[in-house]
Amino acid sequence: MSSRNKILAAVKANQFSYAELPDLKMLNTLTDTGDNLVERYTAVGTAGGSFVYEVADYDAIKAILQKEFKPGVKIISGVPELDEYTNVEDVKHELSHSFADVELCILPSNLGVAENGALWLTEQQMTVRVLPFIAQHLAIVINKDNLVPTMVQAYQTIGDAKYGYGAFISGPSKTADIEQSLVIGAHGPRSLSVFILP
Amino acid sequence: MKVALFVPCYVDQFYPKAAIATLELLEKLGCEVHYPKNQTCCGQPMANSGYEHLTSGCNSLFIDNFSGYDYIVCPSGSCTLHIKEHLHAHDNEDMATEIRKRVFELTEFLVDILKIDILDATFPYRVGLHQSCHGLRGLRISQMSELVAPAFSKPAQLLNLVRGLELVPLSRADDCCGFGGTFCVVEEAVSSKMGKDRVDDHIEHGAQYITSADLSCLMHLEGILRRQNSDVKVIHVAEILNNSI
Amino acid sequence: MSSTATKDHAELAAIFNRDEPRVDWHDETLWWVRAKRDIAAQKLPEWELLRETASQIKNNVLSNLSSYLEQFEANAIKNGAIVHWAANAEEHNQIIHKLLSERGINRMVKSKSMLTEECHLNEFLAQRGVDVIDSDLGERIVQLAGEPPSHIVLPCIHKKKEEIGDIFHEHLGSAKGESDPKILTETARQHLREVFLTRRAALTGVNFAIAETGEFVICTNEGNADMGAHLAEIHIASMGMEKIIPERKHLGVFLRLLTRSATGQPITTYSSHFAKPQDGKEVHIVIVDNGRSIQLGREDFRNSLKCIRCGACMNTCPVYRKSGGHSYHTAVAGPIGSILAPNLDMKKYADLPFASTLCGSCSNVCPVKIDIHDQLYKWRQVIVQAGYTPTAKTIAMKGMAFTLASPALYRAAGKMGRLTFKYAPFAVNNGANPWYKHREMPKAPEQSFGEWYAKRKEQKK
Repeated sequence: MSSRNKILAAVKANQFSYAELPDLKMLNTLTDTGDNLVERYTAVGTAGGSFVYEVADYDAIKAILQKEFKPGVKIISGVPELDEYTNVEDVKHELSHSFADVELCILPSNLGVAENGALWLTEQQMTVRVLPFIAQHLAIVINKDNLVPTMVQAYQTIGDAKYGYGAFISGPSKTADIEQSLVIGAHGPRSLSVFILP
Repeated sequence: MKVALFVPCYVDQFYPKAAIATLELLEKLGCEVHYPKNQTCCGQPMANSGYEHLTSGCNSLFIDNFSGYDYIVCPSGSCTLHIKEHLHAHDNEDMATEIRKRVFELTEFLVDILKIDILDATFPYRVGLHQSCHGLRGLRISQMSELVAPAFSKPAQLLNLVRGLELVPLSRADDCCGFGGTFCVVEEAVSSKMGKDRVDDHIEHGAQYITSADLSCLMHLEGILRRQNSDVKVIHVAEILNNSI
Repeated sequence: MSSTATKDHAELAAIFNRDEPRVDWHDETLWWVRAKRDIAAQKLPEWELLRETASQIKNNVLSNLSSYLEQFEANAIKNGAIVHWAANAEEHNQIIHKLLSERGINRMVKSKSMLTEECHLNEFLAQRGVDVIDSDLGERIVQLAGEPPSHIVLPCIHKKKEEIGDIFHEHLGSAKGESDPKILTETARQHLREVFLTRRAALTGVNFAIAETGEFVICTNEGNADMGAHLAEIHIASMGMEKIIPERKHLGVFLRLLTRSATGQPITTYSSHFAKPQDGKEVHIVIVDNGRSIQLGREDFRNSLKCIRCGACMNTCPVYRKSGGHSYHTAVAGPIGSILAPNLDMKKYADLPFASTLCGSCSNVCPVKIDIHDQLYKWRQVIVQAGYTPTAKTIAMKGMAFTLASPALYRAAGKMGRLTFKYAPFAVNNGANPWYKHREMPKAPEQSFGEWYAKRKEQKK
């Protein structure tokens, strides 16, 4: 018998009487559904090390990026409205490894979570999976209406969507492995800027 | 109200004053207190060491001694918990079940059954309350710091009725003292370090006395305090509640 | 580690306690993590119901695990992954070695996986000429130090920054005496970037595997799992079979609990959902039993398989905080490790269920409500019954039980006992008395309560 069948047989023999899945309704009614999502997202995101900007339009984003990033650095954008940078669609054929010198990657998100600052991106927005990880800095653009209070509503929004890969990203990469002292910039981006559009 | 006094073996042997205070306090509060004289031990020292199968003798003796009372009251959360969770008798399970329901730790008995809200007691000292784990997380006589739930404390509620007594705050409200039965000798290094750290917390906050609903913890903490030649003393909560100067 | 293999928890803990300032530092650091967890939990009024719900979901998983495993496998295959099954650590290691050798790969990058620690994968591969580099910063540090992790979430929590500075100076060329965490982290970043860019194979653990969709989720703060997996040609994900959850929406329960319990963060920086391989790349999932199906059959202990590896029980455990992770001499230390390890080797880990005061704090912080301290108590009974306790202890316990079952013997022994402490719980060891090392004995009173009571009764007559 293969290990697979042996294992499954052993599990089957040892699992106990069937226990029903709990009803999540009660929990979900107790879970926060409140308002002021931008304010709360901003507070939590900032505490998690992100730079959160509530901006009026794309021009405001451009102005901030121009201030923060020197001209000439390699910037890849997946946001159609931010078109003065290298478009991600134009470089997606390149090997993931070639993005090691990307200074900034700008991507859109359609789902943000106020309770933990997390933003949901799938392969569709990333185009190349490694991009939001390998870039030195990451910026994510989201519409205010796409914020939800908690992970409960986030997974309701995701539903049974099909994706090859998706990630919640809630801040810059970080570690506290050395004496629990927080260091921003572990293996992924050294900063995350979140732009919230009206 | 017929109350049986259940005195843990080590309290009987080493801390009779706590048992006397418990008896006097219950009598003062109008209970008809009996002390079944053939009681020995609840069996916890064996059970917690992995020898629960050797406790049947203790169990039947306990049932012989404590059947037929309205309540069984004990000045130890730990021993009470052991009876509540582990008293069984294959030939007398109905009685064992009855006893498990009727056994109470002293402070929970005073608060939940006697519903004491005034007390004629005086203890003009700064007191640190050590939350003994079995009373806390087993019997839930106080709220546990790990849970997201409203705070309460039955021993603190009673101590706050005592004239002159000031409860000192602690940095770690309910960290274990490290006694742990045979743990205190098997894991001597960790046990005594845990005890030292608990004692330090009380001393740093200005406690003159450390009290608890469990003398096993206090015996351990007292051993450390006396080794340090500290002026801080341990005292069972019953002795404070029974203290009228 | 061969030097510690023969010592039990108490001996290793005593060694750890020789350096008291270090114990204080270790204790304070972990207590701070516990405090952060409390603050995060207190922010959610529904916290206790969230724990209860997670516990019930895991009940359902454990009661229906074989079907969920088959469902997960079918969906993962549909997604384009290749699924392997390993009955034990040896088979797990062989599967991975074969995947690498078939492709001519002799260097691999690995993100944190306690399962591979449990299986001793690194040693296995090293013996066969495969170089593995751990990419989680804490794991890389202990790997360079030649030690196992001392904590499942904070692998090098036992190391001081100065010691890490020395290790980095020796292996990664940082400046001598440099101990600033920022600079040391940057050194590791540069070193590991090079590794990520040059490894054809990446191994990761799995935090959650979703039966409904065949996807699996990995949580990191550093981004190391993603850097490794997205840059490599082959991504191997090792998962203990208990990592299954039924549906994607259940992540909305577990991801809310995991990091709040672990570090007090509301979520990890990255919660990555791997469904399909990237174009032209391979995903292999290795589902591992290694004793889990046996534990599932132990009614008193099966709930230990609910564990989501948050480490909260370690941070809150006063024994863990004051004895250090290595004193548990097993891959998963602390309270949860002490109920998992005896399942694998009862004799070798017979000491671990006794390395606890049964204070119960572990069970209260557990996000999936495992009754950890009750299981520690139950393991003690099992271990004694199986004969893995010293004979002297058994004899002492029998003597104690015999004495305590008889009022007459008890009274006689008590009289002596007040002089010799013969049967007091702190004196079961008749050799040099460990109680006295740091503690005074209780003062023996003139009479017991029983004697006082009898006299009072006389006087009342």
